[in-house]
Amino acid sequence: MKRWLNPTTPGGLIAIVVLMFGFGFMLVPLYDVFCEVTGLNGKTGGPYQGAASQTEAVDERQVTVQFVANRNANLPWEFAPEQEEIKLQIGERKQTAFYVSNTYDHAVVAQAIPSVSPAQAADYLNKVECFCFQQQPLQAGEQKGFPLVFFLDPDLPEEITKLTLSYTLFDISDRAAAEGY
Amino acid sequence: MCRLLHLFSLALVLTPAPLLALEFNMPSGVTDTSQSVFNLHMTIFYICLAIAVVVFGVMFWSIFHHRRSRGAKAAQFHGSVVVEIIWTIIPFLILVAIAIPATTTLSDMYDASESDVDIQVTGHQWKWHYKYIGEDVDFFSILNTSREEIENRKKKNPNYLLEVDNALVVPTNKKIRFLFTSNDVIHAWWVPDLAIKKDAIPGFINESWTRIKEPGLYRGQCAELCGKHHAFMPIEVKAVPEASYLAWLEDQKAAKLAEAASAEQDWSMDQLMTAGATVYEKNCAVCHQADGSGVAGAFPALNGSAIVQGDKAGHLDIVVNGKLAKGMPAFGEQLSAVDIAAVITYERNSWDNQTGDHVSPAEVQTLMDKQ
Amino acid sequence: MSAHAETAHHGPASGISRWILTTNHKDIGTMYLVFSLLMLFVGGSMAFVIRAELFQPGLQMVMPEFFNQMTTMHGLIMVFGAVMPAFVGLANWQIPLMIGAPDMALPRLNNLSFWILPFAFAMLLSTLLMPGGAPDFGWTFYAPLSTTYAPPSVTFFIFAIHMMGISSILGAINVVVTIFNMRAPGMKLMDMPLFVWTWLITAFLLIAVMPVLAAVVTMMLMDVHFGTSFFNAAGGGDPVLFQHVFWFFAHPEVYIMVLPAFGVISQIVPTFARKPLFGYHSMVYATAAIAVMSFIVWAHHMFTVGMPLAGELFFMYTTMLIAVPTGVKVFNWISTMFRGSMTFETPMLFAIAFIVLFTIGGLSGLMLAIAPADFQYHDTYFVVAHFHYVLVPGSVFGIIAGVYYWLPKWCGKMYDEKLGQWHFWLSFIGVNLTFFPMHFVGLAGMPRRIPDYALQFADFNMITSIGAFLFGTTQLLFVYILIKTVRSGKPAEQLPWDGAQGLEWSVPTPAPYHTFSTPPVVGDK
Repeated sequence: MKRWLNPTTPGGLIAIVVLMFGFGFMLVPLYDVFCEVTGLNGKTGGPYQGAASQTEAVDERQVTVQFVANRNANLPWEFAPEQEEIKLQIGERKQTAFYVSNTYDHAVVAQAIPSVSPAQAADYLNKVECFCFQQQPLQAGEQKGFPLVFFLDPDLPEEITKLTLSYTLFDISDRAAAEGY
Repeated sequence: MCRLLHLFSLALVLTPAPLLALEFNMPSGVTDTSQSVFNLHMTIFYICLAIAVVVFGVMFWSIFHHRRSRGAKAAQFHGSVVVEIIWTIIPFLILVAIAIPATTTLSDMYDASESDVDIQVTGHQWKWHYKYIGEDVDFFSILNTSREEIENRKKKNPNYLLEVDNALVVPTNKKIRFLFTSNDVIHAWWVPDLAIKKDAIPGFINESWTRIKEPGLYRGQCAELCGKHHAFMPIEVKAVPEASYLAWLEDQKAAKLAEAASAEQDWSMDQLMTAGATVYEKNCAVCHQADGSGVAGAFPALNGSAIVQGDKAGHLDIVVNGKLAKGMPAFGEQLSAVDIAAVITYERNSWDNQTGDHVSPAEVQTLMDKQ
Repeated sequence: MSAHAETAHHGPASGISRWILTTNHKDIGTMYLVFSLLMLFVGGSMAFVIRAELFQPGLQMVMPEFFNQMTTMHGLIMVFGAVMPAFVGLANWQIPLMIGAPDMALPRLNNLSFWILPFAFAMLLSTLLMPGGAPDFGWTFYAPLSTTYAPPSVTFFIFAIHMMGISSILGAINVVVTIFNMRAPGMKLMDMPLFVWTWLITAFLLIAVMPVLAAVVTMMLMDVHFGTSFFNAAGGGDPVLFQHVFWFFAHPEVYIMVLPAFGVISQIVPTFARKPLFGYHSMVYATAAIAVMSFIVWAHHMFTVGMPLAGELFFMYTTMLIAVPTGVKVFNWISTMFRGSMTFETPMLFAIAFIVLFTIGGLSGLMLAIAPADFQYHDTYFVVAHFHYVLVPGSVFGIIAGVYYWLPKWCGKMYDEKLGQWHFWLSFIGVNLTFFPMHFVGLAGMPRRIPDYALQFADFNMITSIGAFLFGTTQLLFVYILIKTVRSGKPAEQLPWDGAQGLEWSVPTPAPYHTFSTPPVVGDK
């Protein structure tokens, strides 16, 4: 066995320490993968990448989708969904919107963070178009309607008849400035 | 000394009797879920008790009989594969026996079937916000115990620290689905009688459900450390028959309209000061203190503050929009125009602040509408 | 075997430089033990503040923000300042003596790993005087309370944690290298005393998880100061991720704090039962099994965080499984006592109390493992009762038992047995008075980390506070006993306990400054 791999020598043990420190950081991407696989935490994915032609209902099942807009202490703007509830069939493409108004006297870059409950439904909510995919700059006093286009995947588990999609708005002006937005 | 040990083991065995009294033990609650959790808890408890009796029984028996002072001679055995295999397998089987009911109960808690009422619960530092989805009813629920009681200047009432101004009202025998999220840090919404404890996490939603069988008032508390007033954000759930619930919902909607109308009225200075004192005590005194003196280094004093004594627009702005970096919440989203006007008037005319001016609800409403 | 008595070429240096520059395992062991005793009192005085405030409902003594600083600092100091250094102190003294080594393998590193600690804790304690106060987010420091909403002192907290982590890692490396390379000729791994075994496994746990703690506080530091969002939902991070990474460290950490105590108990029980340890091999395997399983149970601390059903079930089952190897250990200790010839000197009393009270803590741990029931137990005083039962009459009693057991060999003097018995009985009563009622208030619905509580919890809280004051002041008696022993104890015999076995008893009493300069011969049974 190579000396630096030998866990009975100082060198080998320090190698383990370095590896485990790295592993601590590795847990971050590992966690994201884990969340995606298990639907942990109700994180939704990016834009839907599948066959874009699909717009028709493929299933008689009716599912209720609720929309929730959260105002975080970080950005206490007025923020509300156009409709609080939509009933739709599996595969049917729907468009709705969220209304937001910048109540500050200065421009802000906002980011909406989505979350789905029950978490295991997150994988089956396909968003074709979502304001959460981009950072959203708003001028002082600006009001805006954010569009959302989505449909439900036919693989949605039978027992789920109601799911909730929530968005929380955060102020990320500092970070956006750092990225040269 | 051994006798003392014996006494202690005896005391351990005797404890389950008082354990069954309510204030010693977990409440069995008012839902099927809470009752099955309670049964599960008692089952495991008795299994643990039985294990303890056997294990400690053998131990104290040998402590008593195999003492050198009784002339015990030490045997020299030091292992037995058969015995060791037995006491690996038996605990394993006991664990399987516990795991079966635990799994069933847990699966029931994850039931995703259609709900009748959906309520969004949002944790704030340090109060709860409830929103009835699809009903246009929402309100904050804040600790209702007076500072005098907390600071031992007044006798504590029986519901000390477990009472709020606006209880969460829900119908009995309906499936209620709760959606949990948070406005700032992680909180946890816990009502023991419903066996619900769920973390409220900023940016994410969690859910849980209940179906309450009996009308009543069920109290709970925040269970996750959320800052300095973690101990002071209780929960009250008032379960009422469906008809009363529907009537209550209508009242809430009417009250909301009335409140909007009252913002249009003229409010006298006295009315504003009286209302403002109440709003201040509930929302502001926690940090800025009842006498407006603040806490050095953390919360600025309002007494003698340049903002409070300065021009109205600046004062209004900080109350409505807050100052997150310093921990000041935006009360524009939490309080009505009347409340904001009242509390600002109160702050501008209390202690050493004697500006003599007042802010009318209409002014606040205009500002909030403009935004 | 007695040839080494003459090999003390030179004694310790004189004056303060002896302690600053020493590379002697016995000196360093003593410093670790004294340091941890000091920290026990610092952390204990914070517990005193907590219990004084909770003596009655209402706010009497301290403001809620200071109360939170007290609970946070109490936890951090007891975990990283009292329990862990005490075990490293015992390891420093005992591992070379028990495996027939002249010293630790890396003596200068040993000196460094101790001297980091006073600076780390000075930094941590200095946060109490900073504007905004000390860390107030609990010893588990969940984001975002510990990041976005933290007091400015969080940066110093992070650096202090880094320093403690480096100290522990260096200490653990030293233990592993010593055990693998410095054993007396003829001593195979399966000949090692159980204390050495449990420490070897503990050291590997430390090396595996302390870097993860370092990683998680580094991520916090970056979130606080460099605009990253590991734990901030706003930038695509996740506060729940913090809990996963933290508990990935902290669950093995729990075993780090108790495995060496298992080792101490496994030395003491055979001595006073005058009978070999029952099931030596299964003890070693059980310890290793507990250590390995500690890596796959972490999320049982997070049942209420909102996991999918499969996740809850997985962590519930794995957690329950840990009861099996833990049970094996308890059964082995009891079988060691069974048909022995027992006497009950102070170390044995503490060891028996350890077995009983640790088992109670283990059984409440089994209850906590049941996810649906945990929804009711989580974050209540039931949890506080559980982990204090495994840490105070568990780890701390294990340490105290070890100190009484080996003290005659270390300083050549016998402690006062009568005072030792007083110390034990007062501690035993105090500990149960303090922590047993916590089960009841927890089940009845009292959340943890609150400075004020509803009226129905008042009676039990008063009992708890009285017990805590009794337990705390009793430890002053411990200090008195230690000082009295070192100053004026009766000379101890070469073999103070007639049932004791092992190399550590073969050296003269008191153990000379240098021992085993010539390795002893082992395996000539």
